[in-house]
Amino acid sequence: MKIFRKIFNFYYEGFRDMPKWGRMAWAIILLKGLIIFILVKFLFFPNYLKKNFETDEERGNYVFEQLTNTTDDYDATER
Amino acid sequence: MMLLNVDPSLIDWSRAQFALTAMYHWIFVPITLGILFIIAIMESIYVKTGDPEWKRITKFWMKLFGINFAIGVATGIILEFEFGTNWSNYSWFVGDIFGAPLAIEGIMAFFMESTFIAIMFFGWNKVGKKFHLASTWLTAIGANLSALWILVANGWMQFPAGMEFNPLTARNEMVNFWDVFLSPVAINKFVHTISSGYIVASLFVVGVSSWFLLRKRETLLAKRSIVIAAVFGLVASASILFTGHGSAVQVAQKQPMKLAAMEGLYKGGERAEFIGIGALTRDKKVNDGKDAFAFKFAFDGMLSYLIAFDKNHYVPGIEDLVNGVPERGILSAQERIDRGKLAINSLRNYKQALKNGDAELAAAELKVFEENYQHFGYGYLEKPEDIVPHVPLVFYSFHTMIFLGGLFILMFAAFLWFTMRNKIETLRWRKPLFWLGVLGIPLGFIASEAGWIVVEVGRQPWVVQDLMPVSAAVTRISSASVQITFWVFAVIFTALLIAEVSIMTRQIKIGPKKGE
Repeated sequence: MKIFRKIFNFYYEGFRDMPKWGRMAWAIILLKGLIIFILVKFLFFPNYLKKNFETDEERGNYVFEQLTNTTDDYDATER
Repeated sequence: MMLLNVDPSLIDWSRAQFALTAMYHWIFVPITLGILFIIAIMESIYVKTGDPEWKRITKFWMKLFGINFAIGVATGIILEFEFGTNWSNYSWFVGDIFGAPLAIEGIMAFFMESTFIAIMFFGWNKVGKKFHLASTWLTAIGANLSALWILVANGWMQFPAGMEFNPLTARNEMVNFWDVFLSPVAINKFVHTISSGYIVASLFVVGVSSWFLLRKRETLLAKRSIVIAAVFGLVASASILFTGHGSAVQVAQKQPMKLAAMEGLYKGGERAEFIGIGALTRDKKVNDGKDAFAFKFAFDGMLSYLIAFDKNHYVPGIEDLVNGVPERGILSAQERIDRGKLAINSLRNYKQALKNGDAELAAAELKVFEENYQHFGYGYLEKPEDIVPHVPLVFYSFHTMIFLGGLFILMFAAFLWFTMRNKIETLRWRKPLFWLGVLGIPLGFIASEAGWIVVEVGRQPWVVQDLMPVSAAVTRISSASVQITFWVFAVIFTALLIAEVSIMTRQIKIGPKKGE
């Protein structure tokens, strides 16, 4: 328990005695984290395959279709 | 014949979005990679000598590192979001090969950097000097190891190794971690990239110190910082020369089109020349018979020599790679497109045959697929010229990088020489030198970004070399939604950059605290 208390105090005192520029840096980190992880991730960047398909098999089939339904039946000897 | 039915504007906007994010992210990364080692060296001197001025110097640069770290941290995570949303075919196709290094990076970055950074900033009077110093070194090593995993993943895209394609799941699966990790492309890329970060950080330290000397403030801090940064910059420059050569050799072997674009080499041959200075002919097209250069100053046989230590070594040009050179064993792009389409068709037929329970046909289709898999990505291309990247962008970026790299060596040498001889403040032309030092900060970023342009634009149209072009990698979503996020990011990143520059310049103007 003593070690956890020491670690807690280390961080607590570190944040408490932080200079002005450090507080500003942390404000930027928190604001940016909020924007990136809440706004950007959930509003604009859903994982396309996870969102639209339930299982890995469905995802694999979808990508397989995407990658193989690109050409008509092809015979290189026709060239 | 029907090709990929993808809106070209979707591909362009998806690329633009990724490029914007990556380039902004790379503004913050190089300083972090390099300045941590500079700080660790300064702190080591403090611990060794006990001189409080070195502690003050260390704490000043640590403050600037802290600002850069705070603003830059997590900007790279957006690239991972983009993989999932905009490049879902790619994300699936590369499978665990990309996932594993990125997962290791995430865990390492979180535990190593977050733990030791806290000790660096909060632990000055709470832990012993040596423990604090060890934390600073470990933060530096941790940050650089984070870069290792990302660059291993990028190296795999340039030279896919250590994997097998699973035709049932349309996924590449890692079969040998060490082939991925120790790929010569990945190792060279890692050392070259972190060395470029060290140079950018050294230029930053020299530039800020030059500003202090111009203002006749903090001269001791400035001179000591210049010595450390210039030595570090020179060592990094030696490393970048060595690994740059190594990268060129790898590119010549694995991505010959990129090398040809870097040198504007349309017609290859033996005794291939290296362009010292040159201007490309405008509107030059493949096979149009025009001379590639409006003017050039070139070194005969030097390109051949640089990549094989043999002036008579054959180097294929852009047109050779498009048209093919049968006597050299180079297939034409059209031949590779044909084989790629064959591979795509056999893959489709293989799965269909399995569905129909026709094991014999499935085995035959699989054999054709495996024989042609190395050309798989070519099957998505429309015409042979599609294998050519944007030559002027690659050529000028490459030569800008080389020119600036040479200039930086001279700058570091000059700053070190005059500072060591204690003449830096009395030189007749000290002001132009100091202004050059300040200018070195943006020039360092330009050189570093130019390097990435060479690597990434030079490998177009490939996301995964020869196996997947960007047109096949992109998610079929609306182009408008990608445009919206492009502008959202442009605003967010520009705001972050403005914040970085304004907070950083304010703190530089304030300088180190007297009693710090």
